[in-house]
Amino acid sequence: MSTYSVTEPSGRQKWFAGILVVLYAVITLLPLLWIIGTGFKSPADAIAYPPKMIFEPTVEGYVNLFTTRTRVPEEQLKELGEPTTWYDKLVRKDGVIITGASRFAERFTNSVIIGFGSTVLCIVLGTAAAYAFSRFKVPLKDDLLFFILSTRMMPPIAVAIPIFLMFRSLGLSDTHAGMILLYTAVNLSLSVWLLKGFIDEIPVEYEEAALIDGYTRFQAFYKVVLPQAVTGIASTAIFCLIFAWNEYAFAVLLTSGNAQTAPPFIPTIIGVSGQDWPAVAAGATIFLVPVMVFTILLRKHLLRGITFGAVRK
Amino acid sequence: MKSLLTSSALAAGMYVAVSATTVSSAEAADLTLCWAAWDPANALVELSKDFEAKSGNTMRFEFVPWPNFADRMLNELNSGGKLCDLLIGDSQWIGGAAENGQYVKLNDFFDKEGIKMDDFIPATVVGYAEWPKNTPNYWAMPAFGDVVGWTYRKDWFARPELQAEFKQKYGRDLAVPRNWAELTDIAEFFQGREIDGKKVYGAAIYTERGSEGITMGATNALYSYGFKYDNPEKPYELEGFVNSPGAVAGLEAYKKLYDCCTPPGHSDAYMTEDVDAYKSGQVALQMNFTFTWPGINADANVGGDKSGYFPNPAGPDGVQFAQLGGQGISVVAASEKQAEALAYIKWFSQPEIQQKWWKFGGYSALRAVVEDPSFASSQPYAKPFLDSMAIVKDFWAEPSYASLLQASQKRFHDYVVANQGTAKDALDGLVKDWTAVFEDEGKY
Amino acid sequence: MLQSPIDRIASATPPAVAARVKGLSDRAIAWLFVAPSIVLLLAINIFPLIWTIRLSFTNFRVNRPNAQVEFVGLRNYINILTDSDIWLSMQATAHFLIWTIVLQVLIGFSLAYLINKKFRGNDLWTTIIVLPMMLSPAVVGNFWTFLYQPQIGLFNYVVGFLTGSDPSSFSMIANTSLAPWAIIIVDTWMWTPFVMLICLAGLRSIPPSIYEAAECDRASKWRQFWTITIPMVLPFLMLAVLFRGIENFKMFDLVVQLTGGGPGSITELTSINLKRAAFEQWRTGYASAYAVILFVTVFGLASIYVKALNKVKQR
Repeated sequence: MSTYSVTEPSGRQKWFAGILVVLYAVITLLPLLWIIGTGFKSPADAIAYPPKMIFEPTVEGYVNLFTTRTRVPEEQLKELGEPTTWYDKLVRKDGVIITGASRFAERFTNSVIIGFGSTVLCIVLGTAAAYAFSRFKVPLKDDLLFFILSTRMMPPIAVAIPIFLMFRSLGLSDTHAGMILLYTAVNLSLSVWLLKGFIDEIPVEYEEAALIDGYTRFQAFYKVVLPQAVTGIASTAIFCLIFAWNEYAFAVLLTSGNAQTAPPFIPTIIGVSGQDWPAVAAGATIFLVPVMVFTILLRKHLLRGITFGAVRK
Repeated sequence: MKSLLTSSALAAGMYVAVSATTVSSAEAADLTLCWAAWDPANALVELSKDFEAKSGNTMRFEFVPWPNFADRMLNELNSGGKLCDLLIGDSQWIGGAAENGQYVKLNDFFDKEGIKMDDFIPATVVGYAEWPKNTPNYWAMPAFGDVVGWTYRKDWFARPELQAEFKQKYGRDLAVPRNWAELTDIAEFFQGREIDGKKVYGAAIYTERGSEGITMGATNALYSYGFKYDNPEKPYELEGFVNSPGAVAGLEAYKKLYDCCTPPGHSDAYMTEDVDAYKSGQVALQMNFTFTWPGINADANVGGDKSGYFPNPAGPDGVQFAQLGGQGISVVAASEKQAEALAYIKWFSQPEIQQKWWKFGGYSALRAVVEDPSFASSQPYAKPFLDSMAIVKDFWAEPSYASLLQASQKRFHDYVVANQGTAKDALDGLVKDWTAVFEDEGKY
Repeated sequence: MLQSPIDRIASATPPAVAARVKGLSDRAIAWLFVAPSIVLLLAINIFPLIWTIRLSFTNFRVNRPNAQVEFVGLRNYINILTDSDIWLSMQATAHFLIWTIVLQVLIGFSLAYLINKKFRGNDLWTTIIVLPMMLSPAVVGNFWTFLYQPQIGLFNYVVGFLTGSDPSSFSMIANTSLAPWAIIIVDTWMWTPFVMLICLAGLRSIPPSIYEAAECDRASKWRQFWTITIPMVLPFLMLAVLFRGIENFKMFDLVVQLTGGGPGSITELTSINLKRAAFEQWRTGYASAYAVILFVTVFGLASIYVKALNKVKQR
């Protein structure tokens, strides 16, 4: 390689490109920083005009996120005496007392259970199917693969009508099991397509050697292919997890008090007489930050994941 | 990546274990009460501690904000869910819930426990408990009386310079409006005015599109201007009642108020948005259900002497109605804990509990509470509440209420907020939509 | 390496391993491995689809368990296709679809082009730009209603600051002419990185030797861009458009949280319209017919498009 190349951009071009991209990145990041920042504002600062960039941070939003509160008559407030905990003290100044825990922790736990449950199932089913599609002559293979992909094209609201009826008659409405099954089915296309791509890349020769050494086909799959596919499986799993984590349409229609996940819950957080943006922002922050971390971890496989393996670097 | 995979599998296992324990604890004999997420519900949590102490049952609560409340709860009822044992459901659901057997009929229970519907404000019994209307078939006990009324900035109204300017401009005193025209004048007077160095606006009204907001708001103008749901002589005859000239003028009046006198971006406002606008000192007038009044009265910025309350004003011909809100408490038919749920209603019906309910900011519908001579003077908003309760009218409570509501939401929002067509077009369209719904129901 | 779904399907199967296998036969293992997935998809996708088609010919309503279910033939379909409100909803969807794709392609391609200049730290900034894409649209959409608030919202404040107008003088969500753009802006913010990533892969797939050859022929940079860069990236770009098209045709969560379909019905996309019919009015039969119409539309448009995509790639 020569030091001078006609395809290598000049230093000035690089500077110019860099400035524009950084500018865009800053703009794109602003709403996310605003969410995180609002979580640490007091309700008054959150709706201040002009919007406050510098403010005194408080965890009131987080306290409000995890509690339910009510306003009580002044005489009762006096009867209660001094607040005993720091969070009691924090809300008491508004003439409000904490009456209990909010549902946020439960909803968040539901998201974790349903997200991980469906991911595990999706990976197990997907790896098996992807291996078969990759290595064997499956009858009608092309049609089956296309069928699997096409399930992803249906608008969720349209599919939700019969699923609502089906879940109702099977007693699966508002259950973790129902949602895990549903999200597994929704993500299966992604997992089969992605994993097939990863397994295709593993040379067949390894298995053939194992088979010659007396491994059964199943052993070869288990002991030779799986270990090599681990990176692919892990990134596929994270994709499945993120999609299940973010899903809203099915969750809002098919879950209620028992299995409701966080996405339909967070927008419904309200305060004592009035919208409580810091609490909403706090909930959003707790919910979004793990995904941001995963996205950064996944960046090498991102392209492949979002295109179902159609584009690889 | 490998460690990541194992750790996530580990986490999954852990959470499955956690979930198993939480599910089993939820199986204990506790009661779940479902209601909207709003101040009265928070107060009920506090009030219910007495029931928990006395009965040994634990109460769990599932509160859903108003914009999602109907969706979520009707979905729950229609999917045969067992989440709610007790449901404080909106007044308009009663027809569907009764006809589809989703609520337990309470007549026998009332007879047995000596709970008499005559003891409750008549409008609340008709509105929250009966189906079919005006027959003694009870599916709920009135739990929370509510009606749309108005809040105004008494302190601003009292300023001499504003009073003088208003008098000069409109030829009358700046005071509580007697009719919609006066109300609009006042809102116009305050719109865009600078008060204490802050730009303020006329009125916060209901304009929400997604659930029931704009219908619950516009009907207040429509009723007072002469709108009727159907021919009093011939049920379900809509033409000439829903779209009568009076009704058209009423909807125009509502749009006029929206166009001239609301804060910027007030296109999707319901209860919380209106409270926020009022409490932040942005508006002179606020339309809202009376449940908001205790919170406003206690507010540091606008509470106490700074705010006054009045019932929805009359129309040009002196006709005066206000949109009924409020709910009755019902036992869900799918619940497996009906006996405990009924015990809760029995506890809730006791006069001393109802008295305490009022003190906590819950509008009791029990006559013993509201007809007590001390009631009207107990709070500044008590009398306007009673006056409002005397002029109520409710939306359709038919089993097809959701379709009827969707039609009015769309027609009203299209005209009032999105500027499409005329008021006559909107109401003609509404007649068409509602007729189609009733045709489907075999009403003709 | 670019492969369209169709290609992937057609790609050669690895040579079958000779049948000197102990234990289960390959055939048995193949079935054992594929069957559970197929069964699950049949149960949760195909069976419901057939059920939907059946319901679409009835007047069934979920909330009226006691009512007689009647077969109504094509009435639901005729009602839907002759309903002007539904056509407005289709128009709103088309407006959203077209503009989000145009903006995302323009901005996404430009960004990829700039990032491909390989300035220092381009990896880091690429990762930052990509963040919004992976977040929950419902949660983010909900928060954008806050950013869009007149006066106190960040968006209005920034626009006011840059243009010198009063931040309370306009409302992205309330105004009938701005609301369709409010949803387009947020979708573009979220999904431009998607198009960008795919374009970047396309740009990086172009061998430098082609440019070097063009340089020798004294082709101008401008000409190189139109005769080399664009044609080489086009298949990638078309794939990105396919994905965005299908996703935004289904759009529900983001817009429901942002505008709820309002003001009036200005931003009521078909999914929102369908949700109201199915889960608020509970007109199950009618909504099923609506769902079938949407299926047919998305499959029809997607297969026409895939044909076009394949043609471009064969050139």
